[in-house]
Amino acid sequence: MSTSVATIPTETLTAWESTFNQLADLLLDNLQAGEHLSIELAGEQSHFMRLNAGKVRQSGLVTDASINIRLIANQRTAYAGFPFTGDLAVDSAVALEQIQQLRQDLPQLPEDPYIVLPENYGSSREAYPGQLLAPDQVSAALLPAVQGVDFTGIYASGPIVRANRNSAGQQHWFATETFVLDYSLIAPSEKAVKATLAGQTWDQTAYTDQIQQSITQLKVLDRPVKVIDPGQYRTYFAPAATAELIGMLSWGGVSEASMQQGGSALAKLREGKSLSPHLTLKENFSLGLVPRFNSLGEVAPEEVPLLVEGQLVNTLVNARTAKEYQVKSNAASAHEGMRSPEVLPGTLSTADILAQLGTGLYLSNLHYLNWSDRTGGRITGMTRYACFWVEQGEIIAPIKDLRFDDSLYEFLGAKLEHLTDTQEFIPCVDTYGARSLGGSLMPGLLINDFTFTL
Amino acid sequence: MKFDLHQALNHLDLNADWVGLRQVSEKTTTHAVRDGRPQSNGRDFTQGVMVEVLAEGQFGYAATNRLDPASLQGAAEQAYQQAIATSKWAIHSFTPEVRPKAVGQYQSPFQQPLDLISVADQLDLLVKVCDTLHVSDQIVKTSAFTQTLETEQIFVSSNGTDTHQTFGFVITNYEATAQDGSIIQKRTDNGPLARCYQAGSEVFDPDQVLARAQQVGEQAIALLAAEDCPTATTTLVLAPDQMMLQIHESVGHPLELDRILGDERNYAGSSFVKLSDFGHLVYGSPLMNITFDPTVPGEFAGYAFDDAGMPAQREYLIKEGLLLRGLGSLESQARAQVPGVANFRARSWNRAPIDRMANLNLEPGQSSFEEMIGDIESGVYMEANRSWSIDDYRNKFQFGCEYARLIEKGKLTKILRNPNYRGITNQFWGNLAQVGDANTFAMYGTPYCGKGEPNQCIRVGHASPTCVFKEIEVFGGAA
Repeated sequence: MSTSVATIPTETLTAWESTFNQLADLLLDNLQAGEHLSIELAGEQSHFMRLNAGKVRQSGLVTDASINIRLIANQRTAYAGFPFTGDLAVDSAVALEQIQQLRQDLPQLPEDPYIVLPENYGSSREAYPGQLLAPDQVSAALLPAVQGVDFTGIYASGPIVRANRNSAGQQHWFATETFVLDYSLIAPSEKAVKATLAGQTWDQTAYTDQIQQSITQLKVLDRPVKVIDPGQYRTYFAPAATAELIGMLSWGGVSEASMQQGGSALAKLREGKSLSPHLTLKENFSLGLVPRFNSLGEVAPEEVPLLVEGQLVNTLVNARTAKEYQVKSNAASAHEGMRSPEVLPGTLSTADILAQLGTGLYLSNLHYLNWSDRTGGRITGMTRYACFWVEQGEIIAPIKDLRFDDSLYEFLGAKLEHLTDTQEFIPCVDTYGARSLGGSLMPGLLINDFTFTL
Repeated sequence: MKFDLHQALNHLDLNADWVGLRQVSEKTTTHAVRDGRPQSNGRDFTQGVMVEVLAEGQFGYAATNRLDPASLQGAAEQAYQQAIATSKWAIHSFTPEVRPKAVGQYQSPFQQPLDLISVADQLDLLVKVCDTLHVSDQIVKTSAFTQTLETEQIFVSSNGTDTHQTFGFVITNYEATAQDGSIIQKRTDNGPLARCYQAGSEVFDPDQVLARAQQVGEQAIALLAAEDCPTATTTLVLAPDQMMLQIHESVGHPLELDRILGDERNYAGSSFVKLSDFGHLVYGSPLMNITFDPTVPGEFAGYAFDDAGMPAQREYLIKEGLLLRGLGSLESQARAQVPGVANFRARSWNRAPIDRMANLNLEPGQSSFEEMIGDIESGVYMEANRSWSIDDYRNKFQFGCEYARLIEKGKLTKILRNPNYRGITNQFWGNLAQVGDANTFAMYGTPYCGKGEPNQCIRVGHASPTCVFKEIEVFGGAA
């Protein structure tokens, strides 16, 4: 079929940029002596199509944007969030009312010794226009190729904006137009091929090619499911599974505040422990998928190495944490999680994965990870989707899901044998409140004696 | 000029089978103090309208935060186009019967208005909470958090629905982290953010709050010197602040009809429960009685109507261990042809409703706390969730708690740290051996139940008595 590709309303983005700047000018011009202000915008125009069994479950459009202002005066600070409609008259009235409310709140707050005043770290403007499917053409583009298979997931697309202004004169604008198709092809055994297709330009041929590959992979899942007893197994984690494991480090791992306040799973790395010399992890903003500026307007270095050959060389530090603990900021986010993580590849070629695994488990995806003992670095979670039992380098059967529970000091330490020599980009597909940006660049991991418990 | 949703509906020019407008306005006030110093203080305000349109048997939606007639007309046209464009591919052909006419109001209960307490008084209390949590120099971090929300939801539709619901929510969290060398233990006020209620500022009674903070601090210190939870298969007693998580993960989610119908298989997961199980599956022991009840006063997820307009009422999902009914909205009931409840809920104006939990409770039994403990020769008693993980079919779970006590010869003895347990849902509930009486019953909730594509966090409430389970695997933390 032929499918026309439409540019989603860049005129709206242009209007938003203009209105945001006028609104910011108004707020900044109205500041009183001794006041400091930072202004953030997050917005999107999204098309969401929810799919189940090759059909449309729900489909719709969401236009949503909000402003967050932070007022600082007399060593006190408070924030206010409110809608950004793009109508300057409406937004100005609300914004002025909100800043007035903050002026009433501030004197009621205690002094904050760790306030970070807005600074001008330099301004930026990045815009990445896309070529996306028009919303009324998405079902016709997606669904003919998946009839006859159990295709379930979500298609999300449209422009996303992040912007920042402050009273020190700094201005950042980041706009991108993206799509993400996050889907599962589900076998009668209820095992699934899980995949994503993401980008800025919809390519119908690339889509149908990928779906055909997924359908081919689905056939492997037709075999009877094998029940594996709990125990320790040699285990290969495909890049999506690696991303789940490494993603845990954003939740009480690499944060300097977490480290200082007794909440980090990596604290033992500051006490002399190290992880595998095969493991190097960094924040890498060079892909340009997420803005480098944080909510304070600080701009992160293009790369921030975190673990180098198993040694903790940096944590993620924002300016507030830096001030509190007298350390140097690397412009981390408010919660000091990773925004654009990359694990460097190793030497294991894709063709050799099964041979090197020998006998053990091949895990495509993991599910519902959590710390079972955070200070001990222990993580529990489940296998999910296409996971297999492998014997002597050959896939034998998909497995019944297993629960694991193991310490990162073990499985990212001495038990980590190999990383693949290629990486995959794993897009961040979260849409809580708003569509996420970016993703991670991950290799596969081959780990010896990984512990499964149930 | 004030925006009027009824007028906006009347002004719509659309050739649809049904159209509904759901307006949500929400004001959130957040205060967070760490170690007695302000951490994050502010207000959030969101408002917008979700337009749903039914045409050719398919719903389309469009949501906007621009509250003017032209924007609503534009959104309605977008929603209509989505319905038409996708109707050929619709998973089910719906009729307006899944959006029944509903008329009524709801006001969540409170004793004192939320704005009765000033920002200064609020901060003063939170600083005192931190001071109280800091019972010794081994407390290395104290945190005090409050959030209040005032939410207004109006729903009008072309078939006469006109509901107006207003809610006041209060969420609190007080926690202390204690450290002795490499041993670090955290204790909270019944679990992180577990104290969630529909309430007013009466929740901030200083005497009660500071008494709880004192206990949290003392128990954090006590955990430092405690033994690790032993590895054993034994009798497990769960307090209501852990039962809430147990109910949520191993009863609530698997009974959601949209999961069983496959909608969530690419994200939150499916369910071990089949549609044919309703009316037949023995889910747990005869002591197990689970109700869906948005009518419990003060519980976090109370309401009078769901987002389809279905009137909320108490229903038994599981009675005497037998599965009777699912957590399924009118849409899911139409698709699945099994009984459901009024649980079609959206996080806010910018998301379409899906099947959610609301208040999901385990009904009290007959046993007093003393009787339950007294009957146990050897076991472990656990309080307050700190770790949770379960598979995508809601079978194999592993949960961890903040605080535990050993049970020896009918008495609570040593404090235990890093308590965890694991099990498989159907077996676990089959091992429910005793259910506490109303004196052991307590109500909690969470603002962060995540599900759906696009993702939505929603508020849920869970109430339960203390419960006893036989032959459960328990274990401790990393060496």
